[in-house]
Amino acid sequence: MADPILSVRGLKTQFFGPEGVVRAVDGVDFDVFEGRTLGVVGESGCGKSVTARSVLGIVDRPGRVVGGSMKLRRANGEVVDLGTLTNEQMRKYRGPEIALVFQEPMASFSQHYTIGNQIGEGIKLHMGLDDRAAKKRAIELLDMVGVPQPARRVDDYPFQLSGGLRQRVMIAMALSCDPRVLIADEPTTALDVTTQAQILDLLRTLQKDRGLAIILITHDMGVIAEMAHDVSVMYLGRAVETGSVKEIFETPKHPYTRALLRSIPTVLAKPRTRLPTIAGSIPHPFDRPKGCSYHPRCAEIIGAVCEKAEPPAVDTDDGRQVRCFLHGGMEEAKASLQGASA
Amino acid sequence: MAQIDSEKYAVATQLQLTWWRFRRHKLAMISLVLLVLVYLLAIFADFLATQDPHATDARTSYIAPQPIQWFDDNGFNPHVYGIKGVRDMKTFKLVYTVDPNRKVYIDFFGQGYEYNLFGLIPTKVHLMTLRNAERGDGIYILGTDLLGRDLWSRLMVATRVSLTIGLVGVSISLFLGVLLGGISAVYGGIVDTMIQRTIEVIRSMPTIPLWLGLAAALPNNWSVLQVYFAITIIISLLAWTDLARVVRGKFLALKEEDFVMAAELAGASQGRIIFRHMLPSFASHIIAAVSLALPAMIISETSLSFLGLGLRPPAISWGILLQDAQNIQTLALAPWLLISAIPVVVVILAFNFLGDGLRDAADPYG
Amino acid sequence: MIAFMTRRLLLGVMTIWLISILSFIIIQLPPGDFVDAYIAQLSSSGSQVSAAEAENLRQLYGLGEPFYVQYGKWLARIVTGDFGESMEWRRPVTEVIGDRIWLTLLLSFAALLVTWGLALPIGIFSAVRQYSFADYAFTLVGFIGIAVPNFLLALVIMYFAFVWFGASVGGLFSAEMALAPWSAAKVWDLIKHLPLPALILALGGTAQLIRIMRANLLDELRRPYVVTARAKGLSEARAIIKYPVRAALNPFASNIAYLFPYLVSGSIIVSIVLGLPTVGPLLVKALVAQDMFLAGTIVLLLGVMTVVGTFISDLVLMWVDPRIRHQMD
Repeated sequence: MADPILSVRGLKTQFFGPEGVVRAVDGVDFDVFEGRTLGVVGESGCGKSVTARSVLGIVDRPGRVVGGSMKLRRANGEVVDLGTLTNEQMRKYRGPEIALVFQEPMASFSQHYTIGNQIGEGIKLHMGLDDRAAKKRAIELLDMVGVPQPARRVDDYPFQLSGGLRQRVMIAMALSCDPRVLIADEPTTALDVTTQAQILDLLRTLQKDRGLAIILITHDMGVIAEMAHDVSVMYLGRAVETGSVKEIFETPKHPYTRALLRSIPTVLAKPRTRLPTIAGSIPHPFDRPKGCSYHPRCAEIIGAVCEKAEPPAVDTDDGRQVRCFLHGGMEEAKASLQGASA
Repeated sequence: MAQIDSEKYAVATQLQLTWWRFRRHKLAMISLVLLVLVYLLAIFADFLATQDPHATDARTSYIAPQPIQWFDDNGFNPHVYGIKGVRDMKTFKLVYTVDPNRKVYIDFFGQGYEYNLFGLIPTKVHLMTLRNAERGDGIYILGTDLLGRDLWSRLMVATRVSLTIGLVGVSISLFLGVLLGGISAVYGGIVDTMIQRTIEVIRSMPTIPLWLGLAAALPNNWSVLQVYFAITIIISLLAWTDLARVVRGKFLALKEEDFVMAAELAGASQGRIIFRHMLPSFASHIIAAVSLALPAMIISETSLSFLGLGLRPPAISWGILLQDAQNIQTLALAPWLLISAIPVVVVILAFNFLGDGLRDAADPYG
Repeated sequence: MIAFMTRRLLLGVMTIWLISILSFIIIQLPPGDFVDAYIAQLSSSGSQVSAAEAENLRQLYGLGEPFYVQYGKWLARIVTGDFGESMEWRRPVTEVIGDRIWLTLLLSFAALLVTWGLALPIGIFSAVRQYSFADYAFTLVGFIGIAVPNFLLALVIMYFAFVWFGASVGGLFSAEMALAPWSAAKVWDLIKHLPLPALILALGGTAQLIRIMRANLLDELRRPYVVTARAKGLSEARAIIKYPVRAALNPFASNIAYLFPYLVSGSIIVSIVLGLPTVGPLLVKALVAQDMFLAGTIVLLLGVMTVVGTFISDLVLMWVDPRIRHQMD
């Protein structure tokens, strides 16, 4: 496989509030390749969105990236660590290299400007085109994402469009400067199932046509199954399992992944059986469990170790990565625990 | 607040939740305490006064503030200095000044001028009075005005008047506001439109000229009390619009809520829905709006009286006290006259902080 | 959009009409009439007025007829530009009011500009640099603006100016210019004197608007579309001014509509304290003397000014919010 376009190692992002420090992203590794989609999946609050924003350097105050590397391989082969850039430098990358598509298209657009204006803004800023040229390009983009009558629609305001159309416009806006990486943060969560299918279709087409690398963030395993090539499962700020989508679905290794997959309602289930759920709920960020962050809810917990030590990321033989004592790291953990108590 | 017991939090009533949120606003809490103190002061105004606020005496005109001397050679013996008359050799007029050689001692809970405690019980007891006072002696903590009246005593009484006008006025505005805002929201349609238009019309009128006009229209021969009530009503008649808008806005928003529909479907009557279900939801907003309306009312009365078109002497209010300070020449002579401005500012600030705190506590997301 | 404008226009007309009635009623309220007050005034200075003379005066001013007749007559005359004669000054009302109305307008407008000019940037700054020292400083000044009634502020400033600088702060003109005919020099004199009264007048409203702007902007800054703007590579300043500020401008602009009546009102009191040659002091005297035509005209003019100012603010609001343009809210 070719080199990844974006390679993230040990990303740590923290929020410094009056009541303490929240470790929103606590050591995340992943690679994104040209023409492939990386699905990032997890429950709400596990740090998926913060990861996306960390890559772009737009984490809301009082949060900031405190560690790790985010290496971007540019078109000319040059490799840049995004974490080392200042905001001014980073601005040049937002749009032309990496773009973000958001979850709530209604809230993510300003209601005071036309969609043509909002799409054209990035174009004018990064590509130096004038108003007329930018508008022309905006119309082309609208056409590309399947908005009917683009020449007329370009002067509409966001509140005049339907939900599905808005999301298409959002995608058009993200692609306006020809980025190589597209991060889609729950792009279909706010849409109904039919529209969802259309949007996913659109993304797949665009990926094929342009070799887009997509990071698809979602909590919906069904969307992952449909769209992703590779998957990273996140829990409480850490990637607990990564691998190809086939491997994850067929042979999930981490108990959390297994629980997630089990909890998908399926047509094949026997009637009148209970829907499996994951016991407990996401811990309060100030109340992180000691040891493995998942252990209070784990069905396959190994008491003595899991409660006290944090499992390291283990590379398994088939090229995957898991953070679970079931798959490795137990000896070292036991040793360090005994050492600590000795 | 991670320390809050999540169990207690889950079962706390709306009121308790609001109170806890309110407590976090240090400024609002301080303001609440301050205002309670000030209102207590108003209730005991006469008790705290040291001289009859209405008694004039040319001798004691424009005496600068005289601090109480707490100690003398024998220890803790609060006293002030007496006043004596000295003939000015140039004008041959008697000028009254402080005589540092004569001490007049202070009695606590002594007998002074007569008044009605709580408006009912005649008594003569005051917090501080003078023992063996000669004519013209007095505890002039804040000095005196042109007519020789003790400013501290007048300030006490003025506080009572200004604060209660605020209360009475706001009650009227509240009543009108809730009534008309509620009707507007509940009945909708043409009633709503008419009331809304009226509100817009009133809001676009410059209030001061209208107040002035209405106040000037009051006959000169009305008693102090009648003027008091008339002024209050005049101000309230124009001030209810803000409250009405808040009430209507909240009502309309709540009407769409599911719990209202649930109540309707359960068969509750219109009245029950309004009073039992909707009102508690925005009661705290109303309270916040009221505490922000009070300072406006106080400023209105103070402004009107200051111009001479509000309350009239012998009534005493902050505005009337400040009226004496209108003239720059007067102020240069007796700058302590401006001291009456301080309680005005402090009370208004306190109400504002209180209102802000209440508003945040009532609806942290609003 | 046309519907919106028409509605506001009709409303404005109605308001003016109502104001005219109200002002007329107000003047009629006190028992007795101008002639009584006139007689009282004369007798306290020693002269006497006979019953026949009093009756003549009453006839002259139409004081004996029913209310609506007097009102109708007054209205008819106003439309032709005749605002009647001031009974006290024995001169046409327009002459007595003279420049004062324009000065009132100028003062209120200057205060409006000050308010806009200060409230908007300070409000934005306070929201963006929350909890900074400047934020606290502005908040403090803001509280002074809210808590201190403007006449008090004027008093205090006048006092300190007098005591520290020996300066007499009142008036819109220096002594020599006050009675001089209009010239470029007089205009310049006016401009030099305008800032302080305008500032005093504007402080209360400015403080309120800063709070509103700050609160609304803080709300808007948290919203997703701001993140979108940053994600597109916009600079922080550009992202904030183009998007959340525009959104926060709405409640800000709708409050401006009622700023003008507030300023016009306030100018009356401030004028009295500072001794400015505007309509305020004149109005108070007219009311006390029950000089019907003068007082009524002043109130009417003030009302008209206010309504026009409000209407203009509505136009600004419309321009600022495209949603109103499209939905004819």
